[in-house]
Amino acid sequence: MNNKPHLIVIGNGMAGCRAVEEILERDADKFRITIFGAEPRVNYNRIMLSPLLAGEKSFDDIVINAQAWYDDNGITLVSGDQVVAIDRKIQTVTARSGRVESYDKLLLATGSDPFIIPVPGHDMQGVVTFRDMDDVGAMLRAADGGGDAVVIGGGLLGLEAAHGLSLRGMKVTVIHLMPTLMERQLDEAAGWLLKEALEGRGQTILTGADTAEIYGQGMVEGIRLKDGREIPASLVVMAVGIRPNVKLARETGLAIGRGIHVDDHLVTSDANILAVGECVEHQGQIYGLVAPIWEMCRSLADGLIAQPNGYTGSVTSTKLKVSGIDVFSAGDFSGGEGCEDIVMRDATRGVYKRVIVKEDRVIGAVLYGDTGDGNWYFDLLKKQQDITEIRDALIFGQAFASGGGASANPLDAVAALSDDAEICGCNGVSKGQVMGCIAGGAHSLDAVRSGCKASASCGSCTGLVENLLALAMGDEYAGERDNKPMCKCTSFTHEDVRRNIIEKELKEIPEVMQALHWTTPDGCASCRPALNYYLLCAWPGEFADDNQSRFVNERMHANIQKDGTYSVVPRMWGGVTNPRELRAIADVAEKYEARMVKVTGGQRLDIFGIKKEDLPAVWADLNAAGMVSGHAYAKALRTVKTCVGSEWCRFGTQDSTGLGIKTEQMTWGSWMPHKFKIAVSGCPRNCAEATIKDFGIICVDSGYELSVGGNGGIHLRGTDALCKVETEQEALDYCAAFIQLYREEARYLDRTAPWVERVGMDYIKSRIVDDTEGREALRQRFLYSQSFMQDDPWAKRADGEDYKLHQHLAEIRPLVTA
Amino acid sequence: MSVVGEWLDIGPVDQLPALGARTLPVRGGEEIAIFHTANGEVYALVNKCPHKQGPLSQGIVHDTTVTCPLHSWRISLITGKALGDDEGCVPVIPVKIDGGRILIGRAEALASVA
Repeated sequence: MNNKPHLIVIGNGMAGCRAVEEILERDADKFRITIFGAEPRVNYNRIMLSPLLAGEKSFDDIVINAQAWYDDNGITLVSGDQVVAIDRKIQTVTARSGRVESYDKLLLATGSDPFIIPVPGHDMQGVVTFRDMDDVGAMLRAADGGGDAVVIGGGLLGLEAAHGLSLRGMKVTVIHLMPTLMERQLDEAAGWLLKEALEGRGQTILTGADTAEIYGQGMVEGIRLKDGREIPASLVVMAVGIRPNVKLARETGLAIGRGIHVDDHLVTSDANILAVGECVEHQGQIYGLVAPIWEMCRSLADGLIAQPNGYTGSVTSTKLKVSGIDVFSAGDFSGGEGCEDIVMRDATRGVYKRVIVKEDRVIGAVLYGDTGDGNWYFDLLKKQQDITEIRDALIFGQAFASGGGASANPLDAVAALSDDAEICGCNGVSKGQVMGCIAGGAHSLDAVRSGCKASASCGSCTGLVENLLALAMGDEYAGERDNKPMCKCTSFTHEDVRRNIIEKELKEIPEVMQALHWTTPDGCASCRPALNYYLLCAWPGEFADDNQSRFVNERMHANIQKDGTYSVVPRMWGGVTNPRELRAIADVAEKYEARMVKVTGGQRLDIFGIKKEDLPAVWADLNAAGMVSGHAYAKALRTVKTCVGSEWCRFGTQDSTGLGIKTEQMTWGSWMPHKFKIAVSGCPRNCAEATIKDFGIICVDSGYELSVGGNGGIHLRGTDALCKVETEQEALDYCAAFIQLYREEARYLDRTAPWVERVGMDYIKSRIVDDTEGREALRQRFLYSQSFMQDDPWAKRADGEDYKLHQHLAEIRPLVTA
Repeated sequence: MSVVGEWLDIGPVDQLPALGARTLPVRGGEEIAIFHTANGEVYALVNKCPHKQGPLSQGIVHDTTVTCPLHSWRISLITGKALGDDEGCVPVIPVKIDGGRILIGRAEALASVA
């Protein structure tokens, strides 16, 4: 029996033992086998460390091969004695104890090591990784005392560690460098849902957070982030990733890259040495999941024993093992050329499904909340199956797609629904009830909505109801919605979206997209800025502005010009300036080589040709002279234009300049659906051109005439009279109320003119003039919102906020070749 | 910045704003824009819209597309081609990420240097 060739396996982990199992299955007598393991125990299922930590499993539950398996198969297990050297010439391995064994075939299954971020304090007591039984032991001992834990890394492993520690009674904070959790497996929408769910379970999740150091006196006391925040913790788990353990292979001179190089039969650069598992690199790929490793083990055994079936690489899928939270991802979900996203969101059930299709094949899937069809999608993906036939029903899952009801024609699809199929989930209306309502004379969407309430609440079934109308009425139904959806990402109108934001208390952009069934993963350049504004308007002081959803000018707080430089306009209150400000503007123009300084139509000065990199310094200089941003770039209050009024002018009836300055001080900084201009003229000669502004004030002897809805521009429109008031304070109050009504009810990118024309002056007057209490409530809401808006964005940028937006990442200076 | 064979290391990924871009001037050549998508992927294009040379780095990034800030052309980050009804193309510079560092293709990055 000792004549059999000797196979030595280095690594008693999952890959090593699985490879041995595959070999034994093919030919149990071919080799004499010895397995060396560094850990002093039998082979266990490393994947199950998470349930072990969470207390859902015991060590015995997760043992794969007990001692009996080694004995029954005549395998010698050398545990707790690590191999430290390989001599390829004489084909021997040497263990730490000094034990030397010679081999005919050697299999490296050394796995991978957790990656440790080399921040100060990383080697302190209380900092652990999450890789083996010893780590779990250390974490359980720490959890015994309760207290705070920090998990660095919001990937698969980190979240499972956090979940386990949380169940063990620790207060857990997860620190993740990237903006969304599990970004390698999940898209932004699913990552956001996951974050919400975990926060709902009491964990604190900090994304976009970069660890600066781990502090403490010998023992961990907490971590400090690069932004200065400190999080106290008695345990820090590093779960930022793994890297292949190639130490032995490197020392013995095998070819390595990121992992040990192997061919399709897992043979290394030495024909007698094989490698398998997380330590190998195959065609440039390394794998950290179990399914591909099983595939490798089969190919390895095939190559050693039977007819060779080479390993060709694997497509991988992922599930998160956090009980009660179902997440699945597979394949490529980065999108791109030729890729189409099919997205389904069911807000009530907390479901998000996205399947990515390219050339009629599934190439990726991300599922949250309902992962039942994960394996089916994964199967379609692996088999490269043509999905043309089932495409329209694909997103609804296997049962629906293969059970009929699927059809290319949406009318056939609704025709195929049974009479008791639910159309409107909000109001519990079935197809039969809708059809009955239409048959009873409801021949329009509005009639159906008032008749049986279908699509009268959230509106997400509007498309279905329209299809039913078309089905029942044939050509007589031509469609009717003049109120168009916000953009191609949704079937909701602007008004529907705004109403839902308030009613459902939606407070983040991904939350709106999920609740309102967005058909794209992260929106588009038209809906993102609109949603950002709607949230900002609905939840002042609560909603954190999403800078990346803003158009460049609002992101940079300056106006982009055709050559990519910017122009800068400091605020001049009521158009009044002084020598100090003028000197500062002149200095800035010279210092930063501005190519032009121009007087604007809004009575201020515009400095042209400033480079993106210079903007923060320009702002700092202007701030130093007491000037703030003029918001000349923003969908916000622009200017309050004035004439000199009673202080100087022989015709002036009131202090129009003073009122203009007061108006500007009240209204500056407020974000609006579009730009907003105000003017105050001191007499009916109207030198400040108040009748082509969004809000115009014309002073007369007996008071102030207010008018609204004017603009210059492509379609010149004079203002409509609103009312006349007697005092300055009233003029200010009406102005605040009107702005707030516009902010709350106009569509994003509507100036006041088209909005006033759409809703009518009677409506505006009923809200602003006739309804005293309503006017005061509007004014109060405006002032409340202003309490958060009136801080100078330039000052924050000059202090270093968002410096990345202004500085180059690096510069390339090519060597000049002769 | 360092040179690794045919790749130029231009810095760590975490220096890119999420769903945003940063710029990389090339002395004597065309400035490059480095984009970061919602999924954490990184792409590089010459920082000039094929329409009127707008700085694409300043546009809104959504999915694998950037919308030019000047006239709202949509440009694919993957192919550099204008999407929809517009026609035009901007050079793409290959990118790979290694250990959290951004590497860009040397030859392509320097293609515009006379």
